[in-house]
Amino acid sequence: MIITVSGKSKEVQDNLTVAQLIAEEQVETPEYVTVSVNDTFVESGAFKSTKLHDGDTVEFLYFMGGGR
Amino acid sequence: MIKLNRADYEKMLSHARSTLPEEACGLIAGTVEGEDRIIRKVYLLTNTDHSPEHFSLDPKEQLAAIKDMRLHGLVPIGNWHSHPDTPSRPSDEDKRLAYDSRASYLILSLMDREHPVLHSFRIFGTDAEKEELIIH
Repeated sequence: MIITVSGKSKEVQDNLTVAQLIAEEQVETPEYVTVSVNDTFVESGAFKSTKLHDGDTVEFLYFMGGGR
Repeated sequence: MIKLNRADYEKMLSHARSTLPEEACGLIAGTVEGEDRIIRKVYLLTNTDHSPEHFSLDPKEQLAAIKDMRLHGLVPIGNWHSHPDTPSRPSDEDKRLAYDSRASYLILSLMDREHPVLHSFRIFGTDAEKEELIIH
């Protein structure tokens, strides 16, 4: 199936989960990544159970914050 | 070297002043030309911590900004935030939460309200290195 990851079209295996995509994309510091699928944020606890579908659009957002 | 135009600097400064006493924050995007990073757009985002001592970018606004960058052919360059009462230097927490060594981290100090100070840093683990910033 074809999905869009960070703006780029990509062919991936059917039934790929968000967790598998994170591993496949070699996302740095995955513990601090927020994932959206079709503009809906996926809870980190649901990464393993959330399956992607043909045509999905996935974005990885890195937590950004700090303090004084 | 990183370049920021005066209008975008003023936009950042105005936002940071308007959100006092809280920290202000946002993203910066632009183009990379050789060794130079040219900031073409400054995004003003909500500090979801609403704190004078901490900031976290709003993920929804972050997502919208990333899409806007892509739409305009810009690349993410880093982020910026203000220090209402401390100098323009990365705090221990800033360093701890700086996960991307490729990013530029701009810190705008309003400690002296009449004389704001903006510096840009690259952060490598616990080490921070100031990079040359030109406001033009």
